[in-house]
Amino acid sequence: MSALIVLAIIVVIALYVVGLYNGLIRLRNQVKNAWAQIEVQLKRRHDLIPNLIETVKGYMKHERETLESVTNARTAAMGARTVGEKAKAESQLTGALGQLRIAVEAYPDLKASQNFLALQEELTSTENKISFSRQSYNDQVLMYNNKIQMFPSNIIAGMFNFKQEEFFEVEVPAEREVPKVDFDTKQ
Amino acid sequence: MWELIRLNRRKSILLFIGMGVTLVLLGYFIGLYIDPQKGGIIGVVIALLITLILNLVSYFSGSKILLTMSNAKEVTPDVHPRLFHVVEEMKLAAHLPAMPKIYIINSEAPNAFATGKDPENAVIAVTAGLLAQMNRDELQGVVAHETGHIINRDIRFLTYAGIMLGVIVLLSQMFTRTMFYSSVGRSRSDSGKGQGQAIILIVAILLAILAPIFAQLLYFAISRKREYLADATAARLTRYPEGLASALEKIASSTQDLEVANKVTAPMYIVNPLKVRGKRVSDLTSTHPPISERIRILRNMSGGANYRNYQEAFSSVRGVKSPIIPGSGMADQEVIGLRAGLTDEEIKFDKRQYNRELGDIMKTVDDYRFIQCPCGLKLKIPPAFPTHEVQCPKCGSIHTI
Repeated sequence: MSALIVLAIIVVIALYVVGLYNGLIRLRNQVKNAWAQIEVQLKRRHDLIPNLIETVKGYMKHERETLESVTNARTAAMGARTVGEKAKAESQLTGALGQLRIAVEAYPDLKASQNFLALQEELTSTENKISFSRQSYNDQVLMYNNKIQMFPSNIIAGMFNFKQEEFFEVEVPAEREVPKVDFDTKQ
Repeated sequence: MWELIRLNRRKSILLFIGMGVTLVLLGYFIGLYIDPQKGGIIGVVIALLITLILNLVSYFSGSKILLTMSNAKEVTPDVHPRLFHVVEEMKLAAHLPAMPKIYIINSEAPNAFATGKDPENAVIAVTAGLLAQMNRDELQGVVAHETGHIINRDIRFLTYAGIMLGVIVLLSQMFTRTMFYSSVGRSRSDSGKGQGQAIILIVAILLAILAPIFAQLLYFAISRKREYLADATAARLTRYPEGLASALEKIASSTQDLEVANKVTAPMYIVNPLKVRGKRVSDLTSTHPPISERIRILRNMSGGANYRNYQEAFSSVRGVKSPIIPGSGMADQEVIGLRAGLTDEEIKFDKRQYNRELGDIMKTVDDYRFIQCPCGLKLKIPPAFPTHEVQCPKCGSIHTI
């Protein structure tokens, strides 16, 4: 009788451990999946930049430095490996592209070119997609990391070598600006 | 998020019960009037049967019917790349399981709606006028509002409720019309039947007049709340309430009529397409909250873009504490900062460019083809163009189609 009880307890504990383990695996896969989403968009952005440079080069004769800094930032971003490195390199690339956008303001012909407008739209959308998938990636990482640190799943995580994942944190300059508030609206 | 849907479902059930009871009563009394012995039951059965059939039809092809009714055409990404980008962005932000299908309505009146039976099979339809008038942020706001309807499960609800309302209106109209035309002959032959018949007749007529009104009030009450909720979701998804606010402002100031909208499809649109001119629509009978109020609420969201911020703005604008966001939404602790919008330079509005863009979108939807001539002229070829070659009227070069 007592042997049976011991056996039952062992089975229950084993099932519980399996459940915890599977839960961790599921969370880790979700993190990976969310990261893959971001990578698709990052790659898309890297692919767009040579086209963009090619299009603006003809118009922007006096902006070699700006263009070079975009190209360099892209090369650096493509070489980055870890999440932290990528986040940093991508922020720099965003900054360089921002500089380019400001420079473009001085070239009305370029701004009116259909080709440039289409590229600009692609780029804006890709950047928005990066920021939206970044939110969901960070949410997933938060859930996963919490699980790894909290009892009792932290024991399982230690046993099977689950490591914490890095957040993808980029500096978005726009977020720091104070939003425009308008209290009276016209009907 | 999930409780929002559950709450919606509970309210939907209440609504369906209310409408169902109305329908059964209506069927019963009309049947009873036609045949005092067994008519009541038959009337109920017929009414329920019509509803069942229509609901089945609406489940399998409801969105198709609505889209056909609205004269909307499915389009490919090359027709309007920006619209597709914005929808893709919202799909990512809202974690939609599939990309919604995209339809364009060839009308100059700016408006939009969403339909479909679930988030896997959702459709977003926008008018050509909306595409031509909105800048990127505004378009994103409108698409986010429609995405809100999709993830809050409003699309199926509105389709079903619309159909039940349609049946009630239809039955009542049929009855009152036959009453009107057959009243002379009937009164002669029925004259001996006495008081019971007269009472049934009065009840039937009263029901036939009141039922559609009652059903509409129910429908409108809930669809109004859903508009606020979709606005809140849109602000949260885009982190930029001003985008939707200024889009609503532009839609409200438009003077064009959306010819394809009718009473059944009206509640689906982001802004009520049936304008009542020179008359203030009363709060009870309108399908949408007053647009100026929606704009004011969005512009009052100064603290952030989560559901709680929307509720705070709502309470301060309305001056009442009535909850518009259900409990779980209020538990939304995530701080969602507002982002900055486009610069003034980017949102400059050019009437000529607007007209050209509007024409191009409408022509593409109508299967026109475009050829970019090296001389800078854009040739627009109608779908039934007779020959395979066309000469550029400006530089004279020949293009094959």
